[in-house]
Amino acid sequence: MCGPPVGDAGWCSGSADRLGDPVAWTPGNWFPPTGSFCQLDGATASILDYVISYLDHAATSPMRREAIEAMMPYITTYYGNPSGSHSVSRQARDAVEDARDRMAKHLGCLPSEVVFTSGGTEADNLAVMGVHKARGGRVLCSAFEHRGVLAPCSDIGATLARVNHSGMVDLDYLESLLDAEVSLLSVMLVNNEVGTIQPISTIARIMQSRSPQAVLHTDAVQAASWMDLSEDVRDAALISVSAHKVGGPKGVGVLVIREGTPYSPLLRGGSHENSRRPGTHNVAGIVGMAAAFDAAAKVRDEERERVSKLRDHFADLLRGSMEIMEETAADRSRKAPGTLSVIFDGVDQQELLLLIDEGGVCASGGSACSSGAIQPSHVLLAMGYSHQEARGAVRFSLGHTTTLEEIELAAEVVISSVEQLRKAS
Amino acid sequence: MKVLVAMSGGVDSSVAAAVLVEQGHEVVGVTLRLWGGASDSGCCSLVDVEDARRVARTLGIVHHVIDESEVFAEKVVVPYVDAHAAGITPNPCIECNRYIKFRSLLERAARLGYDAVATGHYARVQSLGAFLASHDGSQSPDALPPDPRMSHAHHVLLRGVDPLKDQSYVLSSLTQKELASVMFPVGEITKEEVRKIAASLRLATATKPDSLDVCFVASHEGRRGFLSRYIDLHPGDLVDAQTAEIVGKVDAVELLTPGQRKGLGLDGTTGRRRYVLSVDVAGRKVTIGTAEQARELGMELRDITWTAGNALDGVPCHVTSEPGDSVSCGYHTGAWPSAGMSTDGALMTTTRSAISASRSDEIPSNGSGSAVSSRHMKVLVQTSAHGRVRRAEYHGGKIFYENPEQIVSPGQTVAMYSIEYPEMVVGSGIVSQGLPL
Repeated sequence: MCGPPVGDAGWCSGSADRLGDPVAWTPGNWFPPTGSFCQLDGATASILDYVISYLDHAATSPMRREAIEAMMPYITTYYGNPSGSHSVSRQARDAVEDARDRMAKHLGCLPSEVVFTSGGTEADNLAVMGVHKARGGRVLCSAFEHRGVLAPCSDIGATLARVNHSGMVDLDYLESLLDAEVSLLSVMLVNNEVGTIQPISTIARIMQSRSPQAVLHTDAVQAASWMDLSEDVRDAALISVSAHKVGGPKGVGVLVIREGTPYSPLLRGGSHENSRRPGTHNVAGIVGMAAAFDAAAKVRDEERERVSKLRDHFADLLRGSMEIMEETAADRSRKAPGTLSVIFDGVDQQELLLLIDEGGVCASGGSACSSGAIQPSHVLLAMGYSHQEARGAVRFSLGHTTTLEEIELAAEVVISSVEQLRKAS
Repeated sequence: MKVLVAMSGGVDSSVAAAVLVEQGHEVVGVTLRLWGGASDSGCCSLVDVEDARRVARTLGIVHHVIDESEVFAEKVVVPYVDAHAAGITPNPCIECNRYIKFRSLLERAARLGYDAVATGHYARVQSLGAFLASHDGSQSPDALPPDPRMSHAHHVLLRGVDPLKDQSYVLSSLTQKELASVMFPVGEITKEEVRKIAASLRLATATKPDSLDVCFVASHEGRRGFLSRYIDLHPGDLVDAQTAEIVGKVDAVELLTPGQRKGLGLDGTTGRRRYVLSVDVAGRKVTIGTAEQARELGMELRDITWTAGNALDGVPCHVTSEPGDSVSCGYHTGAWPSAGMSTDGALMTTTRSAISASRSDEIPSNGSGSAVSSRHMKVLVQTSAHGRVRRAEYHGGKIFYENPEQIVSPGQTVAMYSIEYPEMVVGSGIVSQGLPL
């Protein structure tokens, strides 16, 4: 059962100060008993009833209780626009600035270097286009970046740095691409589909020696739950993160723009965020994001170990009953704890996802296009997998709510679904 | 039954889904993403996916989008472009039905545990027994002769009940095996009723206009613009068939089709109606002639499918050459009352031995295969989606009209219907070449 976490109906009636009694977070009761979630329509209720295992945390994670609690007052009570000068505004501004300070700590930057955005894609876009607008020059990015980086890079004719079959950026090749013309290099910290962790410090060093004028951007959206960004991406001038991948709300994120980084804003309007990103602040979202990052940081070390064990157990369960199965980027020492991307030989990912969905298991595969159809993953294609192999790939991603019970139920459903599809074809 | 309904985002498939839900089936909707390129109608645009999704939400059914763009490009779009490059006019909707909707999707549905695939086509599928029982009161399924070939269920593909909307022509490439697991809920009702049902359920697609054109060709660029992105279009000469004189120019020979009259830029200048007789892309030449010249005896077919399979072989014969002969003969045989063709009388007058010869061919139960090309029967043929039917005779992979008819372009599909049961599809083939007068 997955869905919005809530206690009892307390805050549904508009009360900002009560969430009801904390509920133990097991799959059985992590979500409220039926009927306690206000405004739950029939369709949503039936979905909550049949989902037994949510393994799509890389797409989005359920909200952390701490984030919801922190946000509620800014949805129900404190409505101010932080840009104003009166008391109501000041209240909102204090909340935003307090969140900024905390995000700066998590991201290892100065508060003034934190730019709030509408999420990871916007942060990626601003980084690529903002630097290119200010500086021009040649832009490089890895071939398997998130589309938030790839699309603007393609618009400005960027060069793609190839990745190898293990899901790591080919550093020798990257080095050969770096020259005095390069203004920006963008390499993601954790890949969203296969989970590999790129050596950002090494990449920064190579860039520094070959293209000292260039700046480094890293999309750290998938890393934030698992890694200490205040340490691991020190060498990046620009860092993108998103709240909802960490158990915060959707529609809010941060682009870190370190001092001295060439950057021209894309949106024009007010002087919000020091004119780097105008627009009235998403106050509740920003507060929720900071709370989610706080909560994630507090349990990060235990969670990393717990989730990677679950992931490994899940992989063992699958492998135990299936002969033809390939784990992409199989070196788990270079992978984020939550991700397991698997190719089921001879199975179409679209059919498998449909079938396991019927069995109550949520996972994903490939890249959803605008229509919602699933196309072969550009990440796997960039790693040298064939179209047909990529057609058999499914990504399972675990997160802060994942339990052993969920994993075992999911394994059962996946194994029987793969068997059904293989038998029929 | 567990039914996967293909929802294009149009009103017909919306109502098909609604009817199935109403009938109590377990229904899941699926929209196929067929074409990644620009498009504004039919099966390919984002708006249509959204419409299908909205209808599914209204009906309370699960909806998925499945990407079939690779198969679609390979089996529908590439052949469409290649055919034009060779001066042939294909029918992409039929190929889409053949390879995508009723092959790939059916296979997916079977793997996923569905009992049937439904679409919004105006056609009907019935078991042979039910069909005969409703047509020949005396012929209950039990009364059928003990023909071993009847041991498995036979299905017949019939025209939709709305004569103006009937789409059996574009389904005439389906086989027995496919007919066994498809459903066409709106084939049982009229378009007017479909619109009424959609309106009463307040479906988002209730007033959506019918799609008419090739779905992957966007209206802003048309066929010319679409093709020119993939192949070179060549200017050529219009040559008079009689005089061999060049009587005009066209700017793209690939866009002309045998049988075509409009768009030659000649009407009014010659005083007579001129028709395209043939298109020679390599020679950059389009031969034109008069209405009389633009007629043919018949055509040769390729990719023949026997939709009815051997269903009719189990039907007691209604017209036999010998009274009292109870041999099941199925397809209507015998000479035409007045032979319209003077040539090759032997073909037109079926002899008893010819019947036996053709009937000894074993017809594969999937309804297709070359073994049946020597089959010999009288049929009604239809050469376009909503065209008139004409009486003809099928013999050895060729169609012979009762009277010469206007030429049909190579690449077009010919659907054959039963003489005896004119709403029943017998089979189909694709014109490989015309049989000149």
